Amino acid sequence: MINVAIVGAGPAGVAAADVLVAHGVAVTIIDEGREAGGQIYLRARAGLKLDIDALMGAEAANYRSFHTVFERLRGRFDYQPETLVWGIDGKRLHTLRAGVADAVAFDALILATGATDRTLPIPGWTLPGVFTLGGAQVLLKEHGCLIGRRIVFCGSSPLLYLAAKQYSAIGAQIAAVLDSTPFTARLGAAPDLLAAPRTLARGLGYMNELRRAGVPIHQGVRLMAFQGAGGIERVHFRDRAGREHVVACDAVAYGFGLKPETQLADLAGAEFRYDTTFRQWLPHADRDGRCGPGVYVAGDGATIGGARAAALTGKLAACAVLDDFGITVSGVARLAMRGEVARLRRFQRGLARAFAWPVAAIHSLDDGTVVCRCEGITAGELRASLRADFGPTEVNRLKAITRCGMGRCQGRFCGLAAAELTAHAMNMPLEAVGRSRGQAPVKPIPLAISLAGNVAAAARDETSAPA
Amino acid sequence: MTGRLVRAVAPDAPAVRILVDGGEVTAYAGESVLVAVLAARNALRRHEFSHEMRAGFCLMGACQDCWVWLADHSRVRACTTEVADGMHILTSTPPGFAT
Repeated sequence: MINVAIVGAGPAGVAAADVLVAHGVAVTIIDEGREAGGQIYLRARAGLKLDIDALMGAEAANYRSFHTVFERLRGRFDYQPETLVWGIDGKRLHTLRAGVADAVAFDALILATGATDRTLPIPGWTLPGVFTLGGAQVLLKEHGCLIGRRIVFCGSSPLLYLAAKQYSAIGAQIAAVLDSTPFTARLGAAPDLLAAPRTLARGLGYMNELRRAGVPIHQGVRLMAFQGAGGIERVHFRDRAGREHVVACDAVAYGFGLKPETQLADLAGAEFRYDTTFRQWLPHADRDGRCGPGVYVAGDGATIGGARAAALTGKLAACAVLDDFGITVSGVARLAMRGEVARLRRFQRGLARAFAWPVAAIHSLDDGTVVCRCEGITAGELRASLRADFGPTEVNRLKAITRCGMGRCQGRFCGLAAAELTAHAMNMPLEAVGRSRGQAPVKPIPLAISLAGNVAAAARDETSAPA
Repeated sequence: MTGRLVRAVAPDAPAVRILVDGGEVTAYAGESVLVAVLAARNALRRHEFSHEMRAGFCLMGACQDCWVWLADHSRVRACTTEVADGMHILTSTPPGFAT
């Protein structure tokens, strides 16, 4: 009998668990969320009367079927919600739940850690009231709350029109949607986008709905600054013709696509390769998610692919585990699933190209703009460090010298921009300035923790061992 | 003081009373500390280094920009911690813990 640990209870993790328990395998799912669902199928908190159909639209049926499957499976695996996996050593995960540390031993590990918004520094992005697009959605889905009273949605992301539409459906006042996607990038990506015509049509539908609702939409803009004293008050942007505009608001949601959470894959020893489309380092896995001995990745935490691809890659990773441990797989149509994953990921590559990461805007950031929110390090400080004699030529050294990326988020929200600034200053390709190495703990853990279960037993063994 | 966040769906949960910097705030069971504070206030915390106010950013436990102090000198991540009756949240670092 093998023990499989799955990190993440979103569509990828739960789909993997579904296949594994059907084959009689012992599964432990560890998830930071209060309830299963990940961010996409996030459940409203208990007692909140949220109209899921209005909010989720075309995704409502998938939302319901996910939670039906999860409830059916719930008693058949060890489910550990609100639990952080903060480290990995050998075949053991280190966990923390409500201040209590424990460990989970595994034979195989499936990492289904999901993604966060990819953001970039913009002057004023640390002002109260500026949030990520995904964050704005989470607040609405989980708490039925709006990020403000007069909201600007901006950036370049598949979430842009969706988030704005969700807010509009619940009656929020939307000051403007500012789409910074360059038109040429959208055209260039068209062939890949046709790999999923229904999803593409849905996106256009959201835009038309917003237009009909009277929401001002500007396309091809350049976001200049988020402005205000003690909180966001205005967004300054330049339209396609180069004219300057200012929109008054009390909240902003922005993002530039998504970024996989790969910290645990790093600690698990996965090999990382540079991806030219996403301009990111991603864990290198085979088509079924194998990325090291006994280590598998699935869902958006591996490569951005969306919820449908996440569920399919979760199943494929589970089948890979079964294969590798000599268990005969039955009842899973792997060939068809691989084909569909390839198609969905091709579409996401199209999206990544269409919703272009604005490299030039990062290069031209003014010196005073904060790049690292945690430590408060500006673009000017990074450039000064890179210009210095014997200065850093790669991102880990830059972090050691400037503390950019050394704060509580461990470079999740500054790492990509810091790497772009480094490459630009050194006049080197992005992949040549290196990859920020992951470190445990992957998220802050308090010093005052108590030991439980497996960790307590290990600590007792160590202290009672003969010298 | 008006809050930053708007409860768009009427809360259907018992009210809980919390303190924010000593001032009473009404929140609802099941809400996160972030929602409870930002539905009543403009910001969550003073950033340790710049001393500017911050109000969280990613809202999903990744950016760590919403850690706040409690009056008992513990710290919590506001977006993923449930509010509790009697909780006393501080938006600045308490004296003696200055950075």
